[in-house]
Amino acid sequence: MLNPKEIKKKFPILNQKIHEKPLIYLDSAASSQKPQQVIRKMSSFLRTDYANVHRGVHYLSQQATDKCEQVREKIQKFINAQSSSEIIFTKGTTESINTVAFSYCQSLKPGSEIIITEMEHHSNIVPWQIACQKYNLTLKHIPVLTNGELDLKAYTKILTKNTALVAITHASNVLGTINPLKQIITQAHLIGAKVLVDGAQAVPHFKVNVQELDCDFYCFSSHKLYGPSGIGILYAKKNILDTLPPFQFGGGMIETVTLDKTTFAEPPLRFEAGTPPIEAIIGFGAAIQFIEKIGLDNIHRYETALIQYAHQKIKKVSDLQIIGTAEHKVSVLSFVLKNIHAHDIGTILDQEGIAVRVGHHCAQPLMQKYQIPATVRISFGLYNTFEEVDILIQALNKVKKIMSLPKSPKGDD
Amino acid sequence: MNNRLENLYQETILEHNKYPKNFKKLEKCSSCAHGVNQLCGDDYYVYLNLDKNNIITDITFQGVGCAISKSSASLMTTLIKGKTREEALNLKECFINMLTQNNCSQQCKTCLGSLKLFESVKKFPVRVKCATLIWRALEKALTTTSIPKGEGINQKGDQK
Ligand SMILES: Cc1ncc(COP(=O)(O)O)c(C=O)c1O
Repeated sequence: MLNPKEIKKKFPILNQKIHEKPLIYLDSAASSQKPQQVIRKMSSFLRTDYANVHRGVHYLSQQATDKCEQVREKIQKFINAQSSSEIIFTKGTTESINTVAFSYCQSLKPGSEIIITEMEHHSNIVPWQIACQKYNLTLKHIPVLTNGELDLKAYTKILTKNTALVAITHASNVLGTINPLKQIITQAHLIGAKVLVDGAQAVPHFKVNVQELDCDFYCFSSHKLYGPSGIGILYAKKNILDTLPPFQFGGGMIETVTLDKTTFAEPPLRFEAGTPPIEAIIGFGAAIQFIEKIGLDNIHRYETALIQYAHQKIKKVSDLQIIGTAEHKVSVLSFVLKNIHAHDIGTILDQEGIAVRVGHHCAQPLMQKYQIPATVRISFGLYNTFEEVDILIQALNKVKKIMSLPKSPKGDD
Repeated sequence: MNNRLENLYQETILEHNKYPKNFKKLEKCSSCAHGVNQLCGDDYYVYLNLDKNNIITDITFQGVGCAISKSSASLMTTLIKGKTREEALNLKECFINMLTQNNCSQQCKTCLGSLKLFESVKKFPVRVKCATLIWRALEKALTTTSIPKGEGINQKGDQK
């Protein structure tokens, strides 16, 4: 079993007080904190190994190039892709999705359909809306059931021979729901549609195997995975990648350029225009190494126990409603308190040193579905503890006390 | 308990939050404006009637949001009714000054009266927007004449 107290020590930022209270960081779904190992690796790289990649014959440039390519291979193994050329470095999940939306969609027949779901993050909604306008495609969505699971019967109905692509999150950043991808992908493939998976909230929590899933595209960001921000990947099956046009243009992605014509490099470089965030790639690699040493199975087991404990405890707080009670969840939990707005809860918890996220979590359609303006979301990383859940519960009771009016018209001060 | 929090969530604020005044749509209004705080989803409409002497004869608000934004809106409506457009805009200036500037003039302080309650919000910088949201909407309502499109408040977005 994983020892969170020992792990916590490896994250320098977590060892501090906020408003004179020990920091309890419950916002890892927005971005996780970084272990010493990642910070050190990035800083030593910058101190002794840094140079631009791909362009130099000099020693440092070759070293930097090799190190970045090693990270690509590490990521390939991490998600079990067939080849490292199927891994494209991007700025993160958002850029990965945009790449597919504006590259893959170009060649679709007008009238083709794209299916998303009601639980998507804005970054897996907006690019499709714009691509649909641009290429005359139709956008449909799979509704979410009250418990936070997808309405798969509805999916079967909207999946037609016109469906070109299903873009779906692996795990919801608001509800925590882990979607039954295997089934969704099999159904899509039966009618010839491709599937893109937004894995931003999945990869930090459990082992992902893209070949077993058989998804066509998979996206995630390093910053939710204990790595630096500004870097992420797009995985795409090689046979698809070979046919895709580039989405951004410039240096690094070309084969030859004359003043009036350019031929493009082979994937993955074709999709990596411009200088990448080199030190972030190095940090990304260190983060994966960190996670693999602990083991995603251990992480998953521990976090599942932790989220179940949190559910049990939080459920008992009166006037509290948990939003999202799917059977299979990652360690994300959203709730609302009757008559107390999420923003007020966030401020009071902050004064207790507890960092939570409040708001619509970039999932406004989901808020509209539940007819709520906002939720409080707690999300765990591998450094959170059962004790922290207990402190959170005490703090929630304090919230209720602060926000309640005295019974008598003239309250005691 | 934490003093800063007690100062933020004072009884008057909590009361206005729970029992907001003038919390309804004004069916016949001369002006209306919409205010949204993207960060947390505070979303209000302010409705008012301005007579030919530029006096605000009626003002109401509706919408959803946190305790700070709602109580601020409620208290605002009670203070603005009967004031001239100039006076209202001046009060708005003072209120925003109090929350965003370091030296609020004595004159400003006098003019603010019970609005000084909100001074403690200044210690919570991310919440300043909540308190000022409705005042910005008021400004819009007083300086533009158009009624925003689709000013429905309960977003029943259940797509079926
Ligand atoms: C489910 C999901 N998809 C996509 C994103 C966007 O990730 P990024 O901002 O790293 O591009 C997030 C991050 O909040 C997310 O939770």
